[in-house]
Amino acid sequence: MTAYEKVAAARARHRFTSLDLMGEVFSGFIEMHGDRRFADDKAIVAGLAWLDETPVTVIGIEKGHTVKERSMRNFGSAHPEGYRKALRQMKLAEKFGRPVVCFIDTSGAYCGIGAEERGQGQAIAENLTEMMALKTPVISVIIGEGGSGGALALAVADEVWMLENSIYSVISPEGCASILWKDSTKAKEASECLKLTAEDLYGLGVIDAIIPETKELGPDLKSRLVAAIAKYGSLPRDVLCEDRYQKFRRIGAGS
Amino acid sequence: MRFNKPKNALEGQARPLPDMSESATEPLVVCNKCKKALTLDELEHNLHVCPYCRNHFMINARQRIHLIADAGSFVEFDQELQPTNILGFPDYDKKLEVAHLQSAENDSVVSGECTIEGRGAVLFVMDPYFMMGSMGSIAGEKITRAFERATVAGLPVIGFTASGGARMQEGVVSLMQMAKTSGAVRKHSDAGNLFVSVLTDPTTGGVTASFAMEADIILAEPYALIGFAGPRVIEQTIRKKLPAGFQRAEFQLEHGFLDDIVGRKRQRPYLAQLLEMHHRERGQA
Repeated sequence: MTAYEKVAAARARHRFTSLDLMGEVFSGFIEMHGDRRFADDKAIVAGLAWLDETPVTVIGIEKGHTVKERSMRNFGSAHPEGYRKALRQMKLAEKFGRPVVCFIDTSGAYCGIGAEERGQGQAIAENLTEMMALKTPVISVIIGEGGSGGALALAVADEVWMLENSIYSVISPEGCASILWKDSTKAKEASECLKLTAEDLYGLGVIDAIIPETKELGPDLKSRLVAAIAKYGSLPRDVLCEDRYQKFRRIGAGS
Repeated sequence: MRFNKPKNALEGQARPLPDMSESATEPLVVCNKCKKALTLDELEHNLHVCPYCRNHFMINARQRIHLIADAGSFVEFDQELQPTNILGFPDYDKKLEVAHLQSAENDSVVSGECTIEGRGAVLFVMDPYFMMGSMGSIAGEKITRAFERATVAGLPVIGFTASGGARMQEGVVSLMQMAKTSGAVRKHSDAGNLFVSVLTDPTTGGVTASFAMEADIILAEPYALIGFAGPRVIEQTIRKKLPAGFQRAEFQLEHGFLDDIVGRKRQRPYLAQLLEMHHRERGQA
């Protein structure tokens, strides 16, 4: 598949969403709402669930399926309150020693007046510093679109995985094309330049695993999560955080 | 001051050639806020602030350091770091070359150690004349190293931001610089050290969404554009014109995201007082 075919696959209407995958991987999901500051952002779902016999905190950016759902979910573009809700759940996970699993599927954090008024940049920034120091294992999986800062705000993790047909990019191919060539229809060319596929990013050392999209995706993802959580859960908390820092520290201009 | 480069590289190029004829008029620039015409001399004498409306013009990193650091105290870090076209992105090499010519810098961040009215600090400054201050792997690396050095030395960090955000030409590697710098900020903070950011025009995108908004004390220059999404992107998304003053420093102060707005002339004594108030003996927990 070309990079642009991957972009199309990651965005496809019929593609599974975070809630679909969560249903296959976890059991007994209880959704917890709200950021205790402003509102409950429906673009992000968060709560508690069982991973086998381990209680975990799960957070997912949800796009929805039907027109009504997609509109209610703001097409998976979160406002600051969504990132603050996620952070609140992560801090609770830390308090109770629960691992955190994030499913990411967003074209980006929402760009709008309210989002700016309530500090979209500050909300994302706070997640980055807090996740970097979160004293519990965090695994993030890009399941569809990994759109820039809005995706990274849930992807400062001990391991970052990408599904085979997902993408992770600093800017949308359309945005890139309109800046580069003043022509947003050249998104196909831009997709190649941006190196946004799972293979590209694995090659660049940005992600830790590519998950094949087979029929066994749910069970496969589950067994991988069980193994990763056992691995990172056994580390002393200060080692866990230092390793997480070093993992990102190495990317770009390696010292 | 340890300058290996001209202090005013950009201005040196942008300044019109002097007209030697009798009828020569002084070169003029127009303030983009109040639209009044100003002479370059007038502007330079006023620290590149419009004397009519207090609009703070962009200045380059060396001018900034000259305004803030004690004379002769600035010792630069990592000056040798040079960006490379890690993704083989079209025309990036050419853009880097042009940016280098325009700014006389290797990348968008200048970092080092200095004193400000006698108090030691690590200082980093983003240069809006180098690819709009965009953050790629070199900017991220320099800022990360600046925080790491400050953590080891127990020094405060003062950071002046000016950036269009993450650098598209380095793809996700630039995005990761947001996480990397945030980790370094966090470690510096956990060790009990002070970080003051001063947001200057423009501070947007991945820089706003990382270290700019992670400081203990967040300041801004008057009327600086500060936001996550740029105003044009928001207008395209919501298909409406944005209200006047949207995302300006005064708006951010009103919405609770800044501690204070500090004009250029007040910055040095203001920062010196903050350093004085947070002074810790070395080795003190």
